[in-house]
Amino acid sequence: MRRMVDRTFVAMTLAATLVILAMIAIILGNVVIHGRDRLSWEFLTAAPEQGMMAGGIFPAIYGTVLLVFLMSIVAVPFGVLVAIYFAEYARAESRLYRWTRMAVNNLAGVPSIVFGLFGLGFFIQTIGHGIDQVLYPGYLVYGQPSVLWAAMTMAVLTLPVVIITVEETMRAVPQEYREASLALGATRLQTILRVILPQAWSGVMTGAILAISRGAGEVAPVLFTGAAYFLPQLPTRANEQFMHLGYHIYAMSTQSPDVEATKPILYSTVFVLLVLTFLLNLTAILIRNRMRRWTTR
Amino acid sequence: MDDQIKISVKSANFFYGSQQALHEVNISIRRCFVTALIGPSGCGKSTFLRALNRMNDLIPGTRLEGRVELDGQDVYSSSMDVIQLRRRVGMIFQRSNPFPMSIYENVAYGPRVNGLMKNRAELDVTVEKTLRSAALWDEVKDRLARSAMSLSGGQQQRLCIARALAVEPEVLLMDEPASALDPISTAKVEELIYELKRTYTIVIVTHNMQQAARVSDETGFFLNGRLVEFAETKKLFTAPAKRETEDYITGRFG
Repeated sequence: MRRMVDRTFVAMTLAATLVILAMIAIILGNVVIHGRDRLSWEFLTAAPEQGMMAGGIFPAIYGTVLLVFLMSIVAVPFGVLVAIYFAEYARAESRLYRWTRMAVNNLAGVPSIVFGLFGLGFFIQTIGHGIDQVLYPGYLVYGQPSVLWAAMTMAVLTLPVVIITVEETMRAVPQEYREASLALGATRLQTILRVILPQAWSGVMTGAILAISRGAGEVAPVLFTGAAYFLPQLPTRANEQFMHLGYHIYAMSTQSPDVEATKPILYSTVFVLLVLTFLLNLTAILIRNRMRRWTTR
Repeated sequence: MDDQIKISVKSANFFYGSQQALHEVNISIRRCFVTALIGPSGCGKSTFLRALNRMNDLIPGTRLEGRVELDGQDVYSSSMDVIQLRRRVGMIFQRSNPFPMSIYENVAYGPRVNGLMKNRAELDVTVEKTLRSAALWDEVKDRLARSAMSLSGGQQQRLCIARALAVEPEVLLMDEPASALDPISTAKVEELIYELKRTYTIVIVTHNMQQAARVSDETGFFLNGRLVEFAETKKLFTAPAKRETEDYITGRFG
């Protein structure tokens, strides 16, 4: 009897795993089969035409990469600073630590559309508008949706992930190293920069990877903060709008005048988004592995 | 101030939160002596050692009452620069803890963070000199760029000693430096201690009474956070004045 229960349980875990595998296979298979035909060099390098029913998706690819890049520049250093404070300076019983800790954990659970609204209200209407009033009275320069504000909004969204991953790797660095460094007359800052951070690089990169995957896939935060519905020319300034793969998919699937004609393009775009996310991840993983080899040589 | 005395501790009481770990400890540690601290686990000898370079400051909720003096200077006064204090009072830990860097970088770390060297050539000289002092140079001179993790346990501990020597400390605190080493490595470290006491004042915490007897000039016996007896090593081991000391060194407890 106990043997039977045991076997049934093993079979259940295996079945659940297979269901997951099957789902992934169906999604990927579906996307590849339907998206394959429309894929071409032109599709990747040209701008959309005829109400998105023809042409390519280059502006959306460019916009997504630009967004993720700007977001990382903001989120990673900022996240690392907070993680250093949490892991190295904050005392567990201090009120500041407990409150910020709680804030970070809650931030991680906020629905992404809320970040979108926050970005609109805070970055565009408060900060951007404020800049305009002081520097460009009467003009709309920063007080409008743009790739800059979309990246900032996305950075706020991905910050908790960066903070938590980096903090955990820093905490995993054995206390012995801190003691050894301090006992040699190093300051805390020197200890962090020369001993702790080099060992936590893999965590920093993991945080960046997670942030990038999230940032490349999320649509809601950029809806009101900078993504353009249709904008064939590439943004050249931080205060211009941009096209975004995820938003482009959303736009095509809900706003297209001819659903059947858009379908192949839609599938191909999804395919490109998946490949792009995969490539961004892969790059970050390669950089991480390189650094790891370098620090533990 | 007595010129022979390097470190002087006067009625030190140490607390982890509300728990008292040291009671009224008085001790004078002599310059260029090896002072051994023995006693059973949890007797406060390591806590005492870590109070001398304020390593206990890293543990939240700890405090020391009383006075610790280094060359007559109050170590716990607000005017004491803790960074400078730790450069002058080096420490070797129970578990060898070289940084995951090259052998060279490990030794160069201290001089670098303290800004002691002007250029690479000077640093090279210091690295060689301290590795020689730690009796490690001949074993590693051809692989200074290799990871310190590739060394054996005994070599790692001697590397940690070299690393501590590179900042030119005046005092070396050793917290059971040989407890994780095999007998041959232990012998090497002990030989090294014997060499080093010509230049440095050494305080060594050890579980191993033979080791204390072999390497030290004076020995203190700790029990339950109190310094029970402090005397010339030979005297303490052959004719202890206190009953507890005798019980401990003859192996009746601990």
